[in-house]
Amino acid sequence: MSQPVDQSPAGTPLSTNRDAAVAGSPAAPAAAGEPAPAPRPRRSRWLGAAVLAVGGLLLAGCQIPTFSATKPTTTQGQDAIKLWQGFFIAGAIVFVIVFCLIAWAVFRYRRRSDAIPQQTQYHTILEIVYTAVPVVIVLVLFAFTFVTENNVDALPAPRLTVTVTGFQWGWRFHYTTKNVTVIGVELQDPQMVIPVHEAVRINLQSHDVIHGFYVPAFDFSRYAQPGIINKFTITPQSTGTYHGQCTQYCGLYHSLMRFRVKVVSATQFAAWVSTHHSSGPQKSVPTVERRALGKSTPSSTATPNSNASTHTSTAATYQTGSTGL
Amino acid sequence: MTDVIAPPAAGGGSLIPGMGTEHVAHAHEDHGPTGLMKWITTTDHKVIGLSYMITAVALFYIAGLLALGIRVQLTTPAGTFISFQQFNQLFTMHGSIMMYLFAGPFAFGGLANYVVPLQIGAPDMAFPRLNALSYWLFLGGATTMLMGFFVGGGAADFGWVAYAPLSTTTYTPGPGEDLWIMALVLTGFSAIFTGVNLVATIFYLRAPGMTMFRMPIFTWNMLVTGILILIAFPVLTAALVMLFADRHFGTMIYSVTGCHTVTGTPDAHACGSAVLWQNLFWFFGHPEVYILALPYFGIVTEIFPVFSRKPVFGYKGMVFATMSIAALSTGVWAHHMFTTGTVLLPFFSLMSLLIAVPTGIKFFNWIGTMWRGQLVYKTPMLMAIGFLFAFLMGGVTGVMLAAPPIDFFVHTTYFVVAHFHQVLFGTAVFGGFAGLYYWYPKMFGRMLNDRLGKWHFWLLFVGFWLTYMPQYILGLHGMPRRVASYPSNLGWQSWNIASTIGAFMIAASFMFLLANFWMSWRYPVPAGDNPWDAHTLEWFTTSPPPHHNYTHLPTIRSERPTWDYNHPQSPNIRHGSGRTRAAPGHSNGHGPGGSGNGAAPGHGNGSGMERREGPVS
Ligand code: HEM
Ligand SMILES: [Cu+2]
Ligand SMILES: [Cu+2]
Repeated sequence: MSQPVDQSPAGTPLSTNRDAAVAGSPAAPAAAGEPAPAPRPRRSRWLGAAVLAVGGLLLAGCQIPTFSATKPTTTQGQDAIKLWQGFFIAGAIVFVIVFCLIAWAVFRYRRRSDAIPQQTQYHTILEIVYTAVPVVIVLVLFAFTFVTENNVDALPAPRLTVTVTGFQWGWRFHYTTKNVTVIGVELQDPQMVIPVHEAVRINLQSHDVIHGFYVPAFDFSRYAQPGIINKFTITPQSTGTYHGQCTQYCGLYHSLMRFRVKVVSATQFAAWVSTHHSSGPQKSVPTVERRALGKSTPSSTATPNSNASTHTSTAATYQTGSTGL
Repeated sequence: MTDVIAPPAAGGGSLIPGMGTEHVAHAHEDHGPTGLMKWITTTDHKVIGLSYMITAVALFYIAGLLALGIRVQLTTPAGTFISFQQFNQLFTMHGSIMMYLFAGPFAFGGLANYVVPLQIGAPDMAFPRLNALSYWLFLGGATTMLMGFFVGGGAADFGWVAYAPLSTTTYTPGPGEDLWIMALVLTGFSAIFTGVNLVATIFYLRAPGMTMFRMPIFTWNMLVTGILILIAFPVLTAALVMLFADRHFGTMIYSVTGCHTVTGTPDAHACGSAVLWQNLFWFFGHPEVYILALPYFGIVTEIFPVFSRKPVFGYKGMVFATMSIAALSTGVWAHHMFTTGTVLLPFFSLMSLLIAVPTGIKFFNWIGTMWRGQLVYKTPMLMAIGFLFAFLMGGVTGVMLAAPPIDFFVHTTYFVVAHFHQVLFGTAVFGGFAGLYYWYPKMFGRMLNDRLGKWHFWLLFVGFWLTYMPQYILGLHGMPRRVASYPSNLGWQSWNIASTIGAFMIAASFMFLLANFWMSWRYPVPAGDNPWDAHTLEWFTTSPPPHHNYTHLPTIRSERPTWDYNHPQSPNIRHGSGRTRAAPGHSNGHGPGGSGNGAAPGHGNGSGMERREGPVS
């Protein structure tokens, strides 16, 4: 048992105030902005056009630069968001053009008489144009996608490697070279601590079913799968505590499979490592929300996989496992 | 062939309609049992089609109720309306019923069954008994799936995609999951048989003159759908059989339980592959979304021309667009697996982006059809326009999802939920109910009330946007899908409340549909044969059509024989040339009403045309 492991019973005092940390999380954008205006044919096409224009401006005005996506805090996330901005703008232009064409047809060609309109069926040039132009658009979009995806998925030599393991229903963070392991007790939020401005390699895997490692503030997610080790890099650009959550449905308490990522300065990180390396296990307490679940608490709807004893043995397995990669 | 074509009912015989020549005066004959027995024993494609539609719509209402349960739970961050377990069952069953039991069966079992033989002038489907078998398998499968709610442990709760290893007995041991698998095997066979039937019918039972390129787009789309069914569904059935074997016969195809330690290297010999399930499932699943979309594209492509009083714009381009969508759809499955880290991103990304091209073509076809038309806003047309807007938004966000770096941060969030509802709801609900309003007069000889229909549409339209636009925002803010509770400090609640209000508006709108059914049953308004001045063959026969559909057929010279018959002065023209499509090579006057030659429908008062006789009694 060379690694300090967090498997202390719930309720022991916690070294950091997690609830406060999440409350102040920058990953919680205020409910800003409007939903994009619901396009809706109106009696007057001018009114429709005006609503569209104002709605569009409103939307653009308060959402630049991320168009509602979470502001990225990693270099990889920044790349992804640039692509998103491009796609959003391209998508918005296409949307507005097609929307206007439909709206024009709907308002302009409302039946005015009994005359039978000209029965045009083909217009070869037009057909070629509306086939070729989308092909070009798509190829351009693909080119940008290709470049960005290589950046986002790049695997530079890491300064720090963390092996992240998802299990029903929690997370384990093992610092391969530092001899530190953090385990969330089932249904409690563990916290991964990483240094800012450093390329952190994550080796992601699952102990049982498929989970999804997702930190909105990183604008990135990846599946944690049994039998597969997924490698990726995150390079945080600003300190703070960020909300993370399992995104791939994984059974009964999928909704509660949350975690936090705390990005700290290099010196703070070194200090954190030394305390956790030498001293006792890090502890977890149930969050307030967890307690507020009422009839949906684990004990009231237990499944074969959700009772406490299973969990304890799960944690024990981790503890004795090798360090992996 | 003849003995399968022949309807088994009394007086069957071969009844392929000829070129307006001798027809068996058939309509007065009695065709077997009536009442309930008729519905049970029938092999008539129209009765089977109706059974399908009634069942599918009932299931739609059930799945809609389940969705309301989900939405109620999510109005508060720590909802206590239902337990986590019930919540998981609700979204699984909602998704499963909508996808497997409503959207598909309503389209290819219901409307296609009813409409395709009529549109091509066939007396029935190619294999009427197989057709009946399809329906009963479907009904059996639907019942099996719903049965899950009544067994110990409840209905399946592994999502509509049943990802392994969550779907193995280690994690979901209950009988509800087994029932779900059995149900999909049954409905899968039902779909395969219907696919065979549609393809055979369309290839072999077209009336004289109904060449492939004179078939209505709806029939074209059903042909392509049938082929896609034959490609995709057997894969699902095979994958399900293997899943069942994993669950009960100890195979290790997807299962990984106990075959590796968490940090140790997996022992490849002892391990199944969980990601294999995803590959197989989505190899079925992506074509499936087009199996669910193409029929509805077909429906609106019938509606736009009729209510614009113009032919389909770019008919042939549209056919090729449909075919290329189908072809591409077999090569994009892994765009559902970008975040597995196991797929070749650029390939699947490019293929997925390319699908936008034929889809875009369709948009321009629809807009081009309306352009310079005389648009009539009856309920079917409003629904079809509702479809256009919904699908436009869903399509644009779909292109975004085809870019892996973007997908990485919205995958399995509410962004995806919003996206796929805008495409699936747009097609199956706006498109599907557009079709119902459109063909209802043909099926029952009665109109649906247009005022109630408009109430239905507007409530649905507003509710739809209110439900799903907030979900895009939620997804971008990081809310995962399939969660029964969410943190209260992330600002998600107000968007969720908006979405729930929208869902209730949708529910309210469907009360108007029920009211409409009741009205037409209680206070029938006769529809006549062709209330919309429609174009295609099915509007030439009576409403409802006689037992074998036609006693007479008009001459088929283009893809809209009924229009040609009723408006001989207004044939299709090609832009600029003024040439009729029906008689290529012959020069005509420019524009509608131009004098045609003998071969063109534009000629005089319809010489060379079969004179239509009064409604068959
Ligand atoms: C009638 C109005 C509808 C409402 C209010 C509605 C609402 C919902 C909600 C709230 C969810 C759960 C999202 C989550 O927790 O992740 C959901 C999931 C889903 N819905 Fe709908 N929906 C409707 C119609 C449809 C239609 C017409 C279809 C398809 C034809 C459909 C297909 C699905 C699927 C496939 C899922 C995913 C299930 C899963 O996660 O396993 N829904 N819907
Ligand atoms: Cu999960
Ligand atoms: Cu797909």
